[in-house]
Amino acid sequence: MKSPARRDLFPGALEMMILRMLKRQPMHGYALVQQIKRTSNDLLQIEEGSLYPALQRLLREELVKAEWGVSSTNRRVRIYKLTAAGAKHLEREVSSFERMLEGITRVLATEES
Amino acid sequence: MNWLKHLLSRRRLYRELSEEIQAHLDEKVEELVANGMSAKEAMQSARREFGNLSLIEENSREVWRWPSVEDFLLEIRHGLRALRHNPVFTAVALVTIAIGIAANTAVFSVVNSVLLKPLDYPRAEELVALHQVAPGAEGLADFENGLLLSPSMYLTYSEHNRTFQSLGVWITGTANVTGLGEPEQVRTVAVSDGVLQALSIPPKVGRWLLQADQAPRGPERVMLSYGYWQRRFGGSPAVVGRDVIIDSRPREIIGVMPKGFQFVDADFDAIVPLAFDRSNVILAGFGYHGIARLKPDATIAAANADLARMLPIWMDSWSNGPGSNPHIYETWRITPMIRSLKQEVIGNVGELLWVVMGTIGMVMLIACANVTNLLLVRVEARRQELAVRTALGASWVRIVRGLLVESVMLGLIGGVAGGGLAYAAVRFLLAIGPSNLPRINEIAIDARTLGFTLILSVLSGLLFGLIPALKYSRPGAGLALQSVGRTISASRERHRARNMLVVGQVATALVLLVSAGLMIRTFAALQKVDPGFTDPQHLQAMRISIPQSMIAEPEQVTRIQNEIVDKLTGISGVQSAGFVSGMTMEGIDTAWNNIYAQDKTYAQDTIPALRMFKYVSPGFLKTAGARLVAGRELTWTEVYGLRPVAMISENLAREMWGAPEAALGKQITEFPPMPWHEVIGVVQDTRERGLQEKAPEIVYWPSLMENLYGPGPLGAVRTMTFVIRSERAGTEAFLNEVRQAVWSVNSDLPLASVRTMQEVYDKSVARTSFTLTMLGIAAAMALVLGIIGIYGVISYTMSQRQREIGIRLALGAQFGAVLQMVLRQGTQLVLLGVAIGTGAALGLTRLMTSLLYGVTAHDPLTFVAVAALLILVGILACYIPARRAILVDPIAALRYE
Repeated sequence: MKSPARRDLFPGALEMMILRMLKRQPMHGYALVQQIKRTSNDLLQIEEGSLYPALQRLLREELVKAEWGVSSTNRRVRIYKLTAAGAKHLEREVSSFERMLEGITRVLATEES
Repeated sequence: MNWLKHLLSRRRLYRELSEEIQAHLDEKVEELVANGMSAKEAMQSARREFGNLSLIEENSREVWRWPSVEDFLLEIRHGLRALRHNPVFTAVALVTIAIGIAANTAVFSVVNSVLLKPLDYPRAEELVALHQVAPGAEGLADFENGLLLSPSMYLTYSEHNRTFQSLGVWITGTANVTGLGEPEQVRTVAVSDGVLQALSIPPKVGRWLLQADQAPRGPERVMLSYGYWQRRFGGSPAVVGRDVIIDSRPREIIGVMPKGFQFVDADFDAIVPLAFDRSNVILAGFGYHGIARLKPDATIAAANADLARMLPIWMDSWSNGPGSNPHIYETWRITPMIRSLKQEVIGNVGELLWVVMGTIGMVMLIACANVTNLLLVRVEARRQELAVRTALGASWVRIVRGLLVESVMLGLIGGVAGGGLAYAAVRFLLAIGPSNLPRINEIAIDARTLGFTLILSVLSGLLFGLIPALKYSRPGAGLALQSVGRTISASRERHRARNMLVVGQVATALVLLVSAGLMIRTFAALQKVDPGFTDPQHLQAMRISIPQSMIAEPEQVTRIQNEIVDKLTGISGVQSAGFVSGMTMEGIDTAWNNIYAQDKTYAQDTIPALRMFKYVSPGFLKTAGARLVAGRELTWTEVYGLRPVAMISENLAREMWGAPEAALGKQITEFPPMPWHEVIGVVQDTRERGLQEKAPEIVYWPSLMENLYGPGPLGAVRTMTFVIRSERAGTEAFLNEVRQAVWSVNSDLPLASVRTMQEVYDKSVARTSFTLTMLGIAAAMALVLGIIGIYGVISYTMSQRQREIGIRLALGAQFGAVLQMVLRQGTQLVLLGVAIGTGAALGLTRLMTSLLYGVTAHDPLTFVAVAALLILVGILACYIPARRAILVDPIAALRYE
């Protein structure tokens, strides 16, 4: 199986970001991509399509649920919503990510001798 | 169970996914257009930023899949497609596999039904045959039956044993049934108490024979077989209690055995009680098969020890009459050798079947080798495709798995086709198989056989797929992308696998051809054996029995038999007729006993060797075509005059007096109180037990003699095989006249075992001709497959070396020299194969020693002839493609590609 996201993201990063976005408010796929891009100030190179396999995985694990609805641009879209399990999962993922980041940062911050 | 829910709703999931992605793209395009991009540019840009659309959709769908199984199904679809795209390859491979699997399935179904399946009795593993050997009783215990039990042995064993649940003896025979339309001779099994209890199959209607039915002078009773009950009584349950006339005496029918009940290995119509009379039982009379059911905790070894313990009790409890020494039997060295009933039923056919199974298995190996070869050529041809797939990111595991799935599919499809063919093949096997094959009615393709076919299919698929797959998986396979299409530098290594296969095929073919060759030599040797009768096609045989209850007076019996001979001789086209107590090779156990010669002295308490006894009519030897080596045949005057005369076989004459002529005029007797008989003729040796068995020493007595058997001064043998020499033997019209002739003497006399001696002869060589046919078929298949293998490899190599050969020829090489160079390669392979095969055959043919006659397992002539044949055929298989390759115009060859 191919890696779900672009090479510059670690596995699970995209899922984590999706869950974080959805925690703020439910939205559909296109809006999700735009939000992530905008929020990250376009620092992250995300192939738009890579969102969908990630969303399918989250659906399968029942971390999000989807309902067909109408978007602000009056389009029939599938709107994703965080489930209780998804919220818990996000919390765990974020805290473990933060610990990892801290570790990496400390290593990177060692002074050159 | 989530995956199941997903599986069911998957179509909807996929549709929604596509719709969603499309909506995403639409929205993007709309936004870009709103920002001032052209519609076309916007479309391209949206696509670009989205990424690989189909891959993303595929990856998204994959989330919902059950990956291993679904990938596997996909591989199968790919495999099937690949097979469909190469119809010629697929057809050739499938036919090869299907034939191989059909042959193996058919032979396995026979092996399974005859050798592997338990006998059809409850707890059949407890059933044993009371086999015993007696090395000191030469002749009597010489053959496969060992030393059978005497009635007194049975009584002792059954009363004193500690290891059996039940035990009894039985013997097959025939009886005349009258009063139900035409007289009929039926096959009977006479059983003692304990036999039916041991077999433990309850009757279908009525009851078993019980101990009360075994009373010597009690009411006479009978049980019927299911088949006879259906045939004669229409399956009516009302037969129980009815009387039927058997051998002129009424017997009450007390029960019917169920359908499918087999009495050990005997076909039968009726079961009658033996009803031994204890007051008449003596030590001797070793004519009964012993059968028993072991106690659940008893072993065969314990049972053997139990029987051995009872032998002295037996000798102390009974006698052979006043003045005889019961301990004479100690010199016989009687040793119990109990075997399982299954082993008894199977007899010596096991070896034959395993040889056939092994042979057919080898053919399967050769077939697999050929398919491997085909697959190797295909992988070679697909190197580019596989290299491209690797370059595109397919892992080699995936590619190897794909190749294996493809070959296993091939094996399975071949297996299905082969399984179907096997039904026909089994019928063919039964048609050519020996008719005396044990358990022949039980042979069928059952679940175990189908399981065998399945395993064989998968295994052979893996076997022939593995070599190409492993070859591909070697590191460096990826380089193929560069080298393929350029054949100048075809490496030696690329051919190694195929060369090894050819060597293996030649070696296997040699083993099979040598085995077939040895069988041909055996068959030829058997054809030369003089059985003791001539022109069997024109020799009619049949059995007629005159029971005591019909004609009591012995001389009258002989007169009726004589009258039958006269009537038979009167039929038009009949040259002569006669009768004998048991015809050569007919499988009838005639009597055996000691023979004393008047001019020899015998030490106290020893008994001379046992000889086969036959009782004959005048004219029998002439009718059968048995040569008189010295002296003359018996006459009717001597028979009725009760003249003390006899004839003996040539080997007996040589043993006792050194030469046939020296035996004439000598006096012999069964035991000294009986009158001495003068030897008036010496008869050629006859192969009583079949062509392969040594001819026994025989004494030919007149059929009517003083004090032959039983009470009264006179004795006549009542059941005789009549033989008729006539050009018309075997025809329906002739048999009708024969029947009328017999019935004109006495209309209550049935004819049994009516057949020509040709049929008897064929049955006797059936085992050899079956083995020969099977090995012949296997060897022919091996030869053809081997030739195809060699031919295929050489022609493929040639096509690869076309360019090289073109250059050589263009540079002025002679055709002959090039041809020689090419042939050398093929010849080397063939010679290597022949060398390996000869080594293997020297070891393997020893396993078939018991099937051979008149030839050793290492017969040099066969080995040399087969090796020469294979080398010749192998070189020819190289020569044709090689010649074709060098006759190609060098210019065309160089331009090729």
